[in-house]
Amino acid sequence: MFEVIEQKGTERLKRGFAKMVKGGVIMDVTNAEQAQIAEEAGAVAVMALEKVPADIRKAGGVARMADPKKIEEIMDAVTIPVMAKIRIGHYGEAYALEALGVDMIDESEVLTPADSYFHVDKRKFKVPFVCGARNLGEAVRRIWEGAAMIRTKGEAGTGNIVEAVRHIHLVNKNIKLLKRLNDDQIYVIARKFAEPYLRLILDIRQISGLEPKILENGPVYEEYTYQEIVDGIYKILLEIKKLQRLPVVNFAAGGVATPADAALMMQMGMDGVFVGSGIFKSSNPEKMARAIVEAVNHYDEPDVIAEISKDLGEPMRGLEIDKLEVRLEERGV
Amino acid sequence: MKVGVIGVQGAVNEHIEATKKAMERLNISGEVFWLKKAEQLKNIDALIIPGGESTTISRLMIKNNLLDKVKDLGESGLPIMGTCAGLILLAKQIEGAVRDQRFLELLDVRVSRNAYGRQVDSFEALLKLTFDAEPFLGVFIRAPRIIEIFGKANPIAYYKDEVVGVEQGNIVGLAFHPELTDDTRLHEYFLKNAF
Repeated sequence: MFEVIEQKGTERLKRGFAKMVKGGVIMDVTNAEQAQIAEEAGAVAVMALEKVPADIRKAGGVARMADPKKIEEIMDAVTIPVMAKIRIGHYGEAYALEALGVDMIDESEVLTPADSYFHVDKRKFKVPFVCGARNLGEAVRRIWEGAAMIRTKGEAGTGNIVEAVRHIHLVNKNIKLLKRLNDDQIYVIARKFAEPYLRLILDIRQISGLEPKILENGPVYEEYTYQEIVDGIYKILLEIKKLQRLPVVNFAAGGVATPADAALMMQMGMDGVFVGSGIFKSSNPEKMARAIVEAVNHYDEPDVIAEISKDLGEPMRGLEIDKLEVRLEERGV
Repeated sequence: MKVGVIGVQGAVNEHIEATKKAMERLNISGEVFWLKKAEQLKNIDALIIPGGESTTISRLMIKNNLLDKVKDLGESGLPIMGTCAGLILLAKQIEGAVRDQRFLELLDVRVSRNAYGRQVDSFEALLKLTFDAEPFLGVFIRAPRIIEIFGKANPIAYYKDEVVGVEQGNIVGLAFHPELTDDTRLHEYFLKNAF
């Protein structure tokens, strides 16, 4: 007989959890009733929120983690996984949600950032994290920090798909570019991608009247030196070059409002979609939810997309990106 | 040999890759493919139902006319292996199913959905296999728990004293995810019995 050693919170379990939601739709819900509608429509998970992004946008002010009581109500109402959002860099909210037992934490630009320099070091947690990214640099930094899943930022609460499409292009084309570069060139990219971790130390040196120099053994983010971050990012870039995709599950988010939007995201190579305001801000949420689930499943069958897009009622009212007062996607680099 | 992996939702690619590797190791030639439509069930030699969300997979299998056809094929002897959500789909009795959820009802087991807890309780542990002395790394992600075995189901994997894998003639059900490891022994075991 051998000894049974049990392990929790490993990288394999965190990334594995994300793999189990592939090909699925994760829906924003604000109460138990919406969560049940989502579950019955075939959602693979729900995101428990105080307000959907469209309403967060409208309300203004500081958007924080949802009331844990509300999250618990949603956890009790459904059998599928429940995710919840924290503000970027907010360890207090992250530890609270981990203690509450949510299945995944979204460190999200949709809420007001808590830290203008850094994201949470997600390796310190047993619960898996998903983070938004506009480009490969952001994606790789989040993966290095321990994110088990990446999603596009898109522009949440707009019902406008244009930013999500832009972010997918920026990631996918950059991955293709890596294929044509040698290791030295990729190392140069790794150094560039690691630069945002230097912002705090450079600000401090400037405030102190010192020249903008990085000390070799000085930690710049948590316990990590710049060199360690560069090496970590370099390793991830080499893996991406080889796989020709991100090494974690990659979803679309931010602006998905119709079944055809969801199908487009899948056609562009995404592993699944988050739908925020798009479902419960439409005139017939139940029907819209079912149609988007089917669209993700049949994304490569145009006749099915045409059929399920019929007679869904009004989708959410969309917003033009140029006319927005707040660009959520610019939060957290 | 033609092996289909039910591809409506979940970790489909991981099973395709693991099955291909297992076929290579067993020197079996053939193809492994993503199975989404009922027409693709024709002429397959074995079928795998992956992990994912059992509520979603069940719903989409009904919608795609796969559920009843797969049930018929399973009853007439087609080798089928289900992991995690796939085990729930195969079980005859399910605790914690949601409204309108339907199942294949091919395995004489009673399972309880998410009975090991939420994601923070997901775990890895070494398992004992009945057909091989080497332990197997079991990856349990919001896994279903096998709470009762009856009729013709036989244990093939244990976590401590608890049954976490069963077989019943042509059907194999596992509460964990062999496709998330590089160890293909369970895929090989399934294919050998199917071949």
